[in-house]
Amino acid sequence: MSEHVVIRTVSKMLIPFIQLFALYVIAHGELGPGGGFQGGVILGASIILYVIAFGLEEGRKRVSETTSDVLNSVGVLIYAGIGLLCLLAGGAYLEYTSLPLGTKKLASGLGIYGIEIGVAITVAAVMITIFFETSSHDD
Amino acid sequence: MIDLLLLILLVACALAAVLMRDLLSATIILSAYSLIMAVAWTRLNAVDVAFTEASVGAGITTVLMLAALSRTMRGEDGVGPVVRRVRWTLHARSAVLFIVIAFTFGMLVYGTMDMPDFGDPDAPAHGRVAKRYIEKSYEETGVENFVTAVLASYRGYDTLGETTVIFTAAMGVILLLRRRKG
Amino acid sequence: MIEIILGKYNYWIYIALMMIGFYAMVAKENLVKKIIGMNIFQTAVFLFYISIAKVEGGTAPIEWHFSHIYDNPLPHTLMLTGIVVSVSTTAVALALIIRIYREYGTIEEDRILEINEGRSGESESA
Repeated sequence: MSEHVVIRTVSKMLIPFIQLFALYVIAHGELGPGGGFQGGVILGASIILYVIAFGLEEGRKRVSETTSDVLNSVGVLIYAGIGLLCLLAGGAYLEYTSLPLGTKKLASGLGIYGIEIGVAITVAAVMITIFFETSSHDD
Repeated sequence: MIDLLLLILLVACALAAVLMRDLLSATIILSAYSLIMAVAWTRLNAVDVAFTEASVGAGITTVLMLAALSRTMRGEDGVGPVVRRVRWTLHARSAVLFIVIAFTFGMLVYGTMDMPDFGDPDAPAHGRVAKRYIEKSYEETGVENFVTAVLASYRGYDTLGETTVIFTAAMGVILLLRRRKG
Repeated sequence: MIEIILGKYNYWIYIALMMIGFYAMVAKENLVKKIIGMNIFQTAVFLFYISIAKVEGGTAPIEWHFSHIYDNPLPHTLMLTGIVVSVSTTAVALALIIRIYREYGTIEEDRILEINEGRSGESESA
C-alpha cells in the first residue's frame, strides 16, 4: 500500500470543486470580492495540486506544453482585443459604453466581464507554466 | 486589541523567517506570515486584497519557493572557511548596516509625524477622486464592487499593464529555464 | 505625546516590518533569504498603504446597501496590482537563483564572488 493513495484519492475528489470555486470567484467579481486575478490563481493552483499529487509526467499529459504556452498569450489577446473592439465600435480604447450591446450599463458590465475572463486565463496559464518550469528535472 | 495582537504576531513571524537557518522552515513561516497578513487586511476591510494575498502569497509563492529549494540547497550555510578571513571587516560591515537601517527607521518615523491619524475621515487620501468613484461608479459602470469598477473600467490601462507584467514573468522563466529538446 | 503615540503607533510597526525585510535583503548572504526579505518588505509596504485607506466607521468598498460610509477603494486597487508585480518578481528571481545554482553549485553570495574572481583570474592568466 503506497503512501500516495490518500493524497491521490483526496486530490481526485477535491480538484473539481476547487475549479468550480475558481469559476465562481471569476464570475462573481462584480458583485463581491474576487475577480479575474483571484479566480485565475485558484484555477492554476488546482492544476498545481494535480501535478504535486500525481507527478510531473502525468501533469504534462493533462496540460501539454503547447497548451500552456498558447493560453499564456490568449488572455492578454482577449484583453487587448476587447479594447480594439471598443475602438472599432466608435469609442476610445477600452471604453466599454460604446459597444453595441444594449444599454450602456449592460455594455459596460459585459465588457468588464470579458476582461476578467481574459485576465483569469492568462494568470492560470502563467502559474502552471512557472510551476512546470521551476520543477522540471532535466539537469 | 486583536489588531495589536495580529501586528505583534506579524513582527514575530517576520523575525523568525529572517533569522532561521533552515530555508525550508523559513519558507513555511513566510507562508504563515502571508496568511496572517491576509487576516490583518480583512480586519482593515480590504477584502479583495486579502483574497489575493491569501491565494497568491500563502499559495503560489510558497509552492514556487519550495520548488526552487528542491532544485538548490536546503540549508543556509553557516560560517564557511573562505569568507571569514578577517573578522573586523565582518563586524564593520554589520555595524555600518545597523547604522543605515536605524537611520532609515528614524527618518521614516519622523516622516509619519506629519501624516493623518489612523482612520481619519478628513485625510487628504480620501479627496475628490475617491469620492467621485464611490458615488458615480454604479451608474457609470453597472458594477457594484468599487474595486473591480476602478480596476477594470476607470483604471483599465493599469490592469492591461499588470497582465502584461505577469505574462512577461512567464516569458522570463521560460527563457531562463527551458532546455531545448535534443 | 500620548495621543501622538496612540494615533500613529501602527505606522511605526509597519516601518519596523519594512526594516526587518530591508535587513534581510542587504545583510544576509544567501540568495533565497534575500528573496524572503524582499517579500516581507513588499507586503509591509502594502499594509502601510491599505491602512491609509481606512475610514473610521466605514465598511468594505463593495456596495452592500447597509452603510453609507465606505473605505477608500483606490489604494486597494493599486495594491492589487502591486501584489501581482510582487509575485512576478519573485518567480523570475527564483528562476535566476536556479540558474545560478546550476552554474556555480552554491547560492551563497560571497562564495559566488570568490568563484567568479577565481575564474576571471584563470582566464586572464591563460
